[in-house]
Amino acid sequence: MESLKKLFAELTPAVDFCSMRIVDERSEDISVRQNILQPLTSARSHGAMISVIHQGGYGYAATSDLSRSGIQQAIRRSSNWAKISAGKSVTDFSAIPQSAAQGTYQGPASKPWSRADMIGLLMQESATCHIDDRIVDWGAAATSIRTDQWFFSSNGADIYQHFDYLIPNISVTAHHGNETQTRTLGGQYNGFCHQGGIEILQQAGFYGAGIKIAQEAIDLLSAQNCPSGHMDLLLLPEQMMLQIHESIGHPLELDRILGDERNFAGTSFVTPEMFGHFQYGSALLNVTHDPQRAEEFASYRWDDDGTPAEKTWLIKDGILQRPLGSALSQARSGMAGLANSRACDWNRPPIDRMANLNIEPGESSLQQMIASVEHGVLMNTNVSWSIDDSRNKFQFGCEYGRLIENGELTGLIKNPNYRGISESFWRSLKMVGDASTYAVMGTPFCGKGEPSQVIRVGHASPACLFDQVEVFGGEL
Amino acid sequence: MMQDYFRQLVSFLQSQITPSEQFTCWLSAEETDFVRFNRSAIRQPGHVAQIILRVQLLIGRRHASSSVNLCGQMEQDYSALIETLALLREQLRDLPEDPHLLMTTEVRHSSHIQRSSLPPTQDMVNEILEAAGGLDMVGILTTGTQYRGFANSQGQQNWFETHNVNVDWSLFHSGDKAVKSNYAGFEWDTKEFQQKFDAARKQLALFALPAISIPPGSYRAYLTPTALNELLMMLNWAGFSEKSLRTHQSCLRRLQAKDVSLHTDVYLSEDSLAGLEPIFQSQGFIKPDSIELIRAGELCGSMISPRTAKEYGIQSNGANPDESAKSLRMRGGTIPMNEALQQLGTGIYISNLWYLNFSDRTNCRITGMTRFASFWVENGEIKAPLNVMRFDESLFRILGDDLVALTQETETIMDDRSYGERHTGGAILPGVLLKAMRFVL
Repeated sequence: MESLKKLFAELTPAVDFCSMRIVDERSEDISVRQNILQPLTSARSHGAMISVIHQGGYGYAATSDLSRSGIQQAIRRSSNWAKISAGKSVTDFSAIPQSAAQGTYQGPASKPWSRADMIGLLMQESATCHIDDRIVDWGAAATSIRTDQWFFSSNGADIYQHFDYLIPNISVTAHHGNETQTRTLGGQYNGFCHQGGIEILQQAGFYGAGIKIAQEAIDLLSAQNCPSGHMDLLLLPEQMMLQIHESIGHPLELDRILGDERNFAGTSFVTPEMFGHFQYGSALLNVTHDPQRAEEFASYRWDDDGTPAEKTWLIKDGILQRPLGSALSQARSGMAGLANSRACDWNRPPIDRMANLNIEPGESSLQQMIASVEHGVLMNTNVSWSIDDSRNKFQFGCEYGRLIENGELTGLIKNPNYRGISESFWRSLKMVGDASTYAVMGTPFCGKGEPSQVIRVGHASPACLFDQVEVFGGEL
Repeated sequence: MMQDYFRQLVSFLQSQITPSEQFTCWLSAEETDFVRFNRSAIRQPGHVAQIILRVQLLIGRRHASSSVNLCGQMEQDYSALIETLALLREQLRDLPEDPHLLMTTEVRHSSHIQRSSLPPTQDMVNEILEAAGGLDMVGILTTGTQYRGFANSQGQQNWFETHNVNVDWSLFHSGDKAVKSNYAGFEWDTKEFQQKFDAARKQLALFALPAISIPPGSYRAYLTPTALNELLMMLNWAGFSEKSLRTHQSCLRRLQAKDVSLHTDVYLSEDSLAGLEPIFQSQGFIKPDSIELIRAGELCGSMISPRTAKEYGIQSNGANPDESAKSLRMRGGTIPMNEALQQLGTGIYISNLWYLNFSDRTNCRITGMTRFASFWVENGEIKAPLNVMRFDESLFRILGDDLVALTQETETIMDDRSYGERHTGGAILPGVLLKAMRFVL
C-alpha cells in the first residue's frame, strides 16, 4: 500500500482537494442445502475511488486499475467532472471543510478457523433439520469477509481500517396441505451478522439452532392465524431491528431531508425544523448512533470521508435531537450531524447512511412486559417490510408470533403482520426491555442511492411494548 | 477491444490449467458515467471503470468459483488470475463431489454487439440542466458501455456488449408530489428527450390541484406498465423458480396446484429475443428464444437452472442460478392506452407503485404504496392528486377476477438498477385496468 500512497502523493493535482479511498475486500460463501454442500464462491473486490473538488465543483472516478496509468486516468476523469460541475452543483464543494485525520483501526480480530471445519459445522446443523417429512427445504450458511480500507487526501488524511465479518444463517421450510412456513436464525436477511470471527456462531445461538428452528416451522403449520384488531404489540429484537431501520433510521438521513433521494429511495416526513423539540416517541425512547460498539456489524473509527466517529444521541427521552448527516450534508443544511458518510465499496461514492443505530435498554424485564398485557401479540423475526417513500406509513410482517392473554403467553400464531405510521407509532411505546432482553443485530442488505448501493448496518435493541397497534394475519 | 482482451484472458486461463482441470469464466465489465442531480443542479457526477472476472475451476465433480477485479493490463491481470487459480485449487482440496453439478456439453458461440452513437456525456448533462431550468428536478443520468462474456475450457465463447443511455428523473411540485419520467436508448434524440420532458412538465401542472386522501376501501384502478412492473417483479421474486415451486415456497404454488387461476387474458413469458439481456447465462447455457410461463391465466412453465435440472432430473431452460426471468413480456390486451382514463371512469390512476412485499406469500398477497403521479379520476377526468395510499391485495385477484382489461400497447421498462454493477434486462408490459384494488391505510 505504501507504493499506492506514494503514487497518490506524486500524482495529486493542483486542486482545492483530492482524496483516494482504496478498498481490498475478500469474501467466501459456504452454504449447505439439504445436507449437500452448495457451490463454494469467493470474491476479491479491489479498487480505488478518486474524488476531486475544485473551484466549487466535485467529481469522482472509480477504477479497478491501480497501476500508475489507471490512477492517472481516474484523477483526470474526476478532475474533469469537478470542472464540468463547477458553478452547476447543489453546493460550493470547495467551501466544505475536509478531514485531515490520521490513524489506524482494527475491528474485533477473527480467530483463525478452517474452511473444512466450517463446512463440518454447517453440515452438522443441516443434518439436524429434517425432523419430519413435512420439512421440505433447509440449509445452513456462513459468509466470511475481510476488509482493508485506506483513505489518503491532499490535506494530509492518512487512515487505515481493517474489519472482519461473519454472517451466519439457518433456514428451514415446512409444508403441509396448503400451508408453507419458514423459520430462520435471525431472519432471512442474516440478522446475526457481526464483526469478529467464529465466536459469533456461539453469540448467535447457531449451535443446536437447526432442530429448534425446524420444530418451530412444523409448529407454525398448525398454528392459528394472527388475530385482527388494535391491540398491544410486543416486538423482540429480531423484529425491532427492522422497525428501527425503516421508521427511525431512513427518515433521519439528512440527504433524504435535503432531497437527494427523492427520485429513488424517497424523501422523509421529518423536516429540519423538527430537530430539537419534536416528540418522535414516548419519553421511553432513546436512540443512539454508535459506530464504536466494536462487535456490531457497522462499526468503524472513521467514516469514508475521514470524519471521526463517536456515539451520538439522535432521540433522547423521546425528543428528536439530530439527523444522520455527514460533514457534507451538515454544511449544506447548517445542521449538526455525525460521521456517516459511507460507500458500499470502492466503486460507489459515499452518501449519508446509517451505521449502528440502536435503541438504549430500559428497565422492564420480558416477564414484566408480558404480564402487563391483557390482550396482545408477541412478534419476532422479520419476514416482510414495506414503507412509503416519506418513511411514514409502514406495514411489517414476522415469521413467528404468540398470543398474550391476561398477562401470559398462550397460543402460537402464524403470519403475524402489523401496520402503522412512523410519525405517531413511536409515541405508543409504553415499555422498554432491560439489558436481559437486548440483542445486537444487523443486516448486510440496506439499499439506497443512485447509483444503487447495498450497505451493512447494525441495530441493537431491547424488546419493546407498543400500545394499541393495528395487527392482522394472512388470508382466511 | 474489450472482446479481444477477454479472448486473451481465456487463452491465458486455458494455458494455466492442468489436463485434469476444466474451467468456466464470466466477465462483467463497464465504463459508466453516473451524473446525479438534485434541485436541477449537479449533486454527484462521476465515472466507474471496472472489470470483474469470475473463474470456476473444476476437477471432476468438485468445483469452486472466485471473482476478482482486473485492471485491463495483461501482465497484472495474468498475475491476478494465477493467484485466483491458486486459491481455487486450495479450496477444492476441502470440497466433496457435487451431485447437482450440470455443465453444458454443447459448444455454442454467440456475439451480440449493440452499436450506438451517443454524444459526450457533458452535452447530455447540459441539455438536461437546460430543460430543468426553473423546475425542481432530481434524478440520474447513466451512460456508457456494458460488457458480458462467457467462456469455458471446451472452447465456447459468448459475448454481449451494449452502449446506451438512461435518464431517470422526477419533477417535484411540493412535498412528495412529483412526476417520474424516463428516457432510455442507444441514441440521444434531443427532440424525443424534450418531448418526454415537456410531457412530464405538463403532468406536473396537475399538482396545482389540491391533493386528496381517500378512505381505505376497494377502488377501480388503472396501473401504468411501470406500476404493473412493480407487481410482476414480486412474482419474479422466486415465483417462477422451479426449485421454489418444488419446495412449496413459490408465491405461485397455488396457481401451480390449480387452486386458483388468473384472468384468461394473462400471458407471460421470458423473451430472450428482446435484446435486453445476454442470451447466454452465467454457466454458458443458451436460453431459448422464449419460455412460456403463464398461458391464458394458467401457470405453464418455470425458470429451470442447470442445478435444479440435475437435482430433479428434468431439462434446464437456461435460467440463471436465481431462476428469475430477466426479460419478462406480458401480452397486450384490448384497450388503447390513450383511452385508459376514459375506460377507468371513476377511480384511481396509478403511475408508480413502491416498496412492495408479501404480506402472505402462500396466497400471493402483496402490500405496497402508491407513489409519484397518482390521481383521483371521475368520469374519465383527473380531479385531484392522491396522497400516498397503502394497498394490501392478492395478485391472484388483481390478475384474476378483478382484471378488466390490458392495454393494447406495451412499454419497455429497462432494469436501471446498479447494485455492484449496472444491471441488464427489463420487462415489456401493457397497462392494466382493474375493477377493484384494496387500499388499507
